[in-house]
This record gives sequence, C-alpha cells and structure tokens, in this order.
Amino acid sequence: MPAPMGTPRARIPTGVKAGDVIEIRTLITHPMETGQRRDAAGAVIPRDIIRSFAARFDGEEVFRMELHAAVSANPFIAFPFRADRSGRFEFVWTNDAGESARLAADLRVG
Amino acid sequence: MIALTAATAMLSVLPARAEEALRPRTRAAVQGIVGDRTVREGGITLRLPAIAENGNSVPLAISVDSPMTESDHVTAVHVLADANPLAEVATFRFTPACGRAEASTRIRLGETQDLVAIAELSDGSVRLARQEVKVTIGGCGG
Repeated sequence: MPAPMGTPRARIPTGVKAGDVIEIRTLITHPMETGQRRDAAGAVIPRDIIRSFAARFDGEEVFRMELHAAVSANPFIAFPFRADRSGRFEFVWTNDAGESARLAADLRVG
Repeated sequence: MIALTAATAMLSVLPARAEEALRPRTRAAVQGIVGDRTVREGGITLRLPAIAENGNSVPLAISVDSPMTESDHVTAVHVLADANPLAEVATFRFTPACGRAEASTRIRLGETQDLVAIAELSDGSVRLARQEVKVTIGGCGG
C-alpha cells in the first residue's frame, strides 16, 4: 500500500508586477520511502516515493521535476516563474503507484 | 556545432578536474546524460552547505546563467550524488516561462561526498558543476 499523497501546499507571492520573476514554493507531506531501509524483522521496506512534480500555468506546462529516492521526506520544491499576466497554476505530484495529488493556486499580476 | 575555445578544449568529453575521482557509476551516469556533447565548467552554480549536520535534509539550490528566451534557455539540470546508494537525485526541467534557470529542494546524503550538477541548454551545450558536502550524520540508513 503506498503512503497517502498527503497535503500539498504552494506559496505564490503577492503584489506581483508584470515582468517580475517570482519564486513559487511548494511542499507536500510524504515519507519518500527509499526502498533502502529494512523493518524490525529485516525485510526491505518497499520503495514508495513521489516520482514527479509538474507545474502548469493556464494549462501549459512551465516546470517539471523528476524526483529520486534521495529527495527528502515531505518534498520541498521551489522554482521561478516570469509573471506576465494573472492566471491559474495547477501543480501535480505523482507517486510510484501513479496516484496524484493536485493543487490549484491563482497568480494575480497588478 | 559547439565551437571549442582554448578554455573548453579537452581530450575527453568531461573536463579532467570534473571527472577526477568520481566513482565509475557516477561517471557512467554523467556520460549517459552528456552523450557525445562537450562539457564546459562554469555558468552553473550548485549551492549546498559545506557541512551538513543532518544528512536526511540537506538544502540544495542550483542556478544556471541564461537569458531564458525561446532561442537560448536551459532545458534541464540533473543532480547526481557520488556516494549515495543511487547516484540520481533529481532532474529539474525548465521552460522559457520560468524566466530564470534556478530551483531548490532538500535532499538526503548518506555520507560525505561530491554532488554533481549538469545543465543541458537549448543550443546543445552542457555545463557541469561539482561541490563537496561534508555530512555529519548520514541520511540513508534505516
């Protein structure tokens, strides 16, 4: 059984002007089980990680990350975005089992 | 075609200093990303603490000098850990919409080792950075 995908969060800056390059910060709760550990009985604990993160803005992919077991538990991901207009981000985290967590967040460009 | 200057000319695909003492597995992973392209050092920064107290959560930031236009941008940055159980750490894939080629995350490091970052650019060039991190308590055990 894969771990639940947990709660995704994203922080979008406010007071953004057109042309600003902003930093989007995201976090999701997830154990990122490496597949390298053993339980008390000596059995390998199966790998269960978030394998990919994708960020779309108004439906168009703008950034993606492929994660391996070396990314820490509760993955933190920060990336830049050139804010030319207001719109909506959609973030998708996907685990080894193909399950996804999604989060939408609005960007306001003043 | 990538023009060779005095600074970038080399016998091997990898700059000698960058290749020095990397484990064969890591060298193979680098080679798999780079292929037959020429690697340059410089223009890419790998920011990590010099000493990581806790290998379970080590802040990592990468940045590449690039105008991030349609015709000239960074497409990907790959991060490898020389002495972890698996060399692959993460790949960041950028588009011109990013405006800058930089990203950060937190990673696990099992022991003191070198990290390698490889940037792929839209013109086919490849840049490499290498940085040592001393790890006090390893983050891959269990």
